[in-house]
Amino acid sequence: MSVIYILLSISIIVAVVFFIAFIYAVKSGQYDDSYTPSVRMLFEDELLKEQNKPSNKSKKD
Amino acid sequence: MDKVSCFHCGDDCNSSIIEFDSKPFCCNGCKTVYEIFSENDLTCYYDLQASPGAIPKEIEGKYDFLSQENIIEKLTEFTDSKVQIATLYIPHIHCSSCIWILENLNKLNQNITTSQVNFGKKNVRITYNTKNYSLKDVVLLLSSIGYEPYISLDDFKTGKQDINRSLIYKLGIAGFAFGNIMFLSFPEYFEVGEFWLEKYKHLFRWLMFAFSLPVVFYAAQDYFISAYKGLRSRLLNIDVPIALGISVLFIRSTIEIIFNLGSGFFDSLTGLVFFLLVGKFFQQKTYSFLSFERDYKSYFPIAVTKIINGEEKPTQVYDIKKGDKLLIRNEELIPVDGILINGKARIDYSFVTGESETVSKTCGDKLFAGGKQTSGVIEIEAIKSVEQSYLTQLWSNDVFNKKKEDAFTTLTNAISKRFTIAVLGIAFIATSYWLYVDASKAMNVFTAVLIIACPCAIALSAPFTFGNLLRIFGKLKFYVKNATIIEQLAAINTIIFDKTGTITSNKESTATYEGEKLSQNDEVLLKNTLRNSNHPLSRTLYDLLEENNIVSLNHFEEHLGKGIEAIHNKDHIKIGSASFVGAAETSTLNTSVHIRANDHYKGKFTFYNSYRKGISKLFNQLKKHFDLVILSGDNEGEFDNLKKLLPSKTKLIFNQKPDDKLEYIKFHQLEGAKILMVGDGLNDAGALAQSNVGIAVSENINVFSPACDAILEASKINKLYSYIKASKNALKIIKWSFILSFIYNVVGLYFAVTGQLAPVVAAILMPLSSISIVIFTTIATNFIGRKLK
Repeated sequence: MSVIYILLSISIIVAVVFFIAFIYAVKSGQYDDSYTPSVRMLFEDELLKEQNKPSNKSKKD
Repeated sequence: MDKVSCFHCGDDCNSSIIEFDSKPFCCNGCKTVYEIFSENDLTCYYDLQASPGAIPKEIEGKYDFLSQENIIEKLTEFTDSKVQIATLYIPHIHCSSCIWILENLNKLNQNITTSQVNFGKKNVRITYNTKNYSLKDVVLLLSSIGYEPYISLDDFKTGKQDINRSLIYKLGIAGFAFGNIMFLSFPEYFEVGEFWLEKYKHLFRWLMFAFSLPVVFYAAQDYFISAYKGLRSRLLNIDVPIALGISVLFIRSTIEIIFNLGSGFFDSLTGLVFFLLVGKFFQQKTYSFLSFERDYKSYFPIAVTKIINGEEKPTQVYDIKKGDKLLIRNEELIPVDGILINGKARIDYSFVTGESETVSKTCGDKLFAGGKQTSGVIEIEAIKSVEQSYLTQLWSNDVFNKKKEDAFTTLTNAISKRFTIAVLGIAFIATSYWLYVDASKAMNVFTAVLIIACPCAIALSAPFTFGNLLRIFGKLKFYVKNATIIEQLAAINTIIFDKTGTITSNKESTATYEGEKLSQNDEVLLKNTLRNSNHPLSRTLYDLLEENNIVSLNHFEEHLGKGIEAIHNKDHIKIGSASFVGAAETSTLNTSVHIRANDHYKGKFTFYNSYRKGISKLFNQLKKHFDLVILSGDNEGEFDNLKKLLPSKTKLIFNQKPDDKLEYIKFHQLEGAKILMVGDGLNDAGALAQSNVGIAVSENINVFSPACDAILEASKINKLYSYIKASKNALKIIKWSFILSFIYNVVGLYFAVTGQLAPVVAAILMPLSSISIVIFTTIATNFIGRKLK
């Protein structure tokens, strides 16, 4: 049963690692605004402008 | 003439339609914005939301003060030789396309590297190169696309604001520790007596101790500090029993594990702290929407143009001294009291008095601070510095500085006082009993009573109920400053209304016509003449008249302060004041516009206040439970109308100056009345602060009086009665949750007093009571909220 020392230490270390990740994430400020990212991700990517390459149209065979 | 909507801002293009790219626009501003967008290929802005833009206002010269070094330093977060970062508040942000365009600013101008929007706070954080570009350029760019930033004196003071995240950290630590300690305490719950446990239980116990340390000394800090402050001022507030409970839990648990008496109560300890912090966090989230901290400084432009020896130099408002000559442009606020030296002054004092008609002033007239100039530029000489102006005098009135909450004990504080005393009483009685019967159990029982008597209900039900109710009210456009206001609202017995702007609507005026019927010709001429004038009355009347053909007039002339006249073919029309038109002066107190066509007096249009819809019904609902009073700064012109509209016992008092209103309220409060004041203009500021609850009725949420306790959007005023009823129901819910918690406490105390309090029991009972109270209050308030809609 003395294996419990090892088990407990490992589990506590893992838990603390996640805790540090939590502190770090909050500190980076990503949770300060919880609404705007939900809108931002719905924006569409811009389509490339076709007018810059008028001579390439017939290149594909 | 069909109603054509501007492609950009959505307003009607009534006077002039500008066509560009086969799309209609109401003004050059909108057309320019469209041009900028289409040139930079941002036309998908229009796809996201129909008509998302605002009309850009004329802003030449308005932002010159931003070139000053000290002002730039105060407004930017970060500056170095190449890059600057500034956060600007933009009230116009209201939809997803606003976010999109503001985050794509780099497409409009290469010098801007990135921009990020925080929708909840309505601000945008812009990073730009300082080589060819400055803060002033950023602001001008934003204004030209219709997103003018609102720069106020508040931004001046603080510079970079550190966001306070400590509550999240504390909550994180408490939750982390709570979860881990619960797991670590399982062996002792279930395996008591097993051999292996005897060997390892110390390991578990000391680990629990280690986890609980940051909770007690960091996460629970606020409670200890608050309890200490309370005790120092001899006040038994809600944090005293909480701090007491936490310390007893910690001390007893530590002693138990040192002397091997038991496994300690670390799980209950961290659980308690965790749930309390959840309550606090929830509270904080609901309060953060509307910032009530803005003081009066936010209303005044932060810099004005001072004229020194013919040169125009921007200066900060605080630097204005008596005798300074200031230049006030069109649409600018007058920052200090002054005398008009030069220019045509037409001041809109709706900000101060609620009256929307502009006041014309001539050279030598005194202009009060807070008015907005609406017809070109004027020069004024300041007769006071900012501190002493009329408005600030009213605000500096003692009333504002007194904290209302000292006089008022909330329900929570009242109960917590009794709770602490009751718990200590029970503890001592039980201890003395056991000292007599079986001394070894005495200490056990004493601490057990203190532990199990959970003030959770008191600490949790109020924040959750009020927090939820605040959120529900906010969705219904009733923005309350904090939870104590709801409690005070439930105790109201007298309601005082202001007239102008509160029960009347500034936007819709009606006009009735008295006199000879106008011929078709006359009507055409009338409508077309009005079209040319920018005077507010002309505009209102123009909107009220029926559609007519547009004809071009041969001659049009506007005589400021008197009226307008026009000639079309052979017809001649004069519209304006009685003296201009040549009619007899009447002694009525109403605003009227007289018409004279072809030298023949036709009649007059009289403008009436239009009352908001539902006022009558609202008053009839209110009269059953409250005394109603109308205090108006206006004259008695409306007396008959009001008598018809409102129930008979309503008191109608006119010609009230701001001081009169304040004194009236003070007098009645001394007689025991609990007063709710509903008003709008800044003139009500003293009265709003003095009353027990002050509600500001607002057509535009971002402009309001700092003295008010709540803001009600104008369209929702007829729901006032249901909001007051909801507040009373909220108090009922809290009382029920106290009863629920009382039952838990009785059960727990049974275990404690009989010395049977095992850690398992405590660990089950305490979270259970907290969670059930939270669930109960949340469901109950949501139920109230659904009824409100």
